[in-house]
Amino acid sequence: MLTVNSINCGIVIDHIAAGNGIKIFEKLKLDEVDFPVVLLINVPSRKLGRKDIIKIENKIDVDLTMLGLIDPNITVNIIENDKIVKKMNTIIPEEVQGLFKCKNPRCVSNFDEYVTPKFHLAKANGKIHYRCGYCEELTTYSI
Amino acid sequence: MSLKGRHLIDPNDFSLSELDEIFDLADRMADDRDSFGNICNGKILGTLFYEPSTRTRLSFESAMLRMGGKVLGFSDAGTSSVSKGESIADTIRVLSSYADVVVMRHPKEGAPKLASEYSLIPVINGGDGGHQHPTQTLTDLLTIRRYRGTLENQTIAFCGDLKFGRTVHSLISAMSYYKGSKFVLISPAELRLPGHLKSSLIEKHNVGIYETENLEEVINQVDVLYMTRIQKERFFNEADYMRLKDSYILSRSKLKDSREDMLVMHPLPRVNEISYDVDDDKRAVYFKQAEFGIYVRMALMALLLGVNVNVNRK
Repeated sequence: MLTVNSINCGIVIDHIAAGNGIKIFEKLKLDEVDFPVVLLINVPSRKLGRKDIIKIENKIDVDLTMLGLIDPNITVNIIENDKIVKKMNTIIPEEVQGLFKCKNPRCVSNFDEYVTPKFHLAKANGKIHYRCGYCEELTTYSI
Repeated sequence: MSLKGRHLIDPNDFSLSELDEIFDLADRMADDRDSFGNICNGKILGTLFYEPSTRTRLSFESAMLRMGGKVLGFSDAGTSSVSKGESIADTIRVLSSYADVVVMRHPKEGAPKLASEYSLIPVINGGDGGHQHPTQTLTDLLTIRRYRGTLENQTIAFCGDLKFGRTVHSLISAMSYYKGSKFVLISPAELRLPGHLKSSLIEKHNVGIYETENLEEVINQVDVLYMTRIQKERFFNEADYMRLKDSYILSRSKLKDSREDMLVMHPLPRVNEISYDVDDDKRAVYFKQAEFGIYVRMALMALLLGVNVNVNRK
């Protein structure tokens, strides 16, 4: 079994569905930082079977909304002095603005530079769908 | 809540009682049009037609002119500042100082909604791509209400292009708010009502829906038969259009099994989906429907402008 040291002060993003770790790693631009970061993939998990974990030896602002859009099961642990001081769940936002585009090729938000695409949560069971605030088409966020 | 200053982007922007207010006024205008000939003196309608339309644009212009108002605008995006790359937001901000109410038709879905976010005057959606066409819906609702006396407990069959037909999407969505509405959807498999709309109708309103490809199977069971044109401009592929364009043609002989009081409606223009021999059948109400479109647009604009409509009231 591979062993990775625990972090002293920072953030652990846990319960990432296997395969999404690298995508979140890229989305958070962790390949550009100058502090230690570990990406663990295919870690055995009782809850998920296999999961990915990201350990960050620093406190950075993590966008829980963005993480919630990617995978609502993700948890974020804040570590201080080798101890978890805060556990946070991701947020499935009711309203989303500008994070992704409408999938409808005829939607005005894909043409007019003035428009910031905006969406309302349409369904949270299993898959997350968002209804476009302009054309009402359903879009599913994917990374 | 007053309708003055409001936008009409989606038929469901208004409550059922607000729709009744529009229909009541439209009824009065239909019965006594001349009395309303000056209620919009000094008011200007701006017409922003980013794609060609004859019927809707002329209907709006006629409605404003019949109330004593004036009209300005463009009927082709190529002759406007749009061709120079102006955004919808800038266009509507400027037009807000030129007119008192604006109607917009645009090929991109959601464009009138975007305009309403920047407009200082009421914006009316005159059709946005395959999305919504709310004033056609108000016209359709007024027609059903005038002929049947109520909008409740109606079984409406929609026939033809249910995938791209925005008049269908708007009307079915609006009718689902009325008690006892049932829908029969007649289309080829490729032109069925979009799944998201169907699931939303069932989830939100629990309406009865029956789908078939066979018009004759259901024609004797419906109160309203709403025919639609297979729209060439909505197809990316000409071959698909050619294959589907003659899917349904309503002729007088097909009407023989339908109820005596059934209404045959059509948003017009038709191509060949209703034979000319149906026109003088008493069930054919599509030309009256077009006429009611004037009154419903007159009533709508008068109420959005907040002009005095209490003419000749006893």
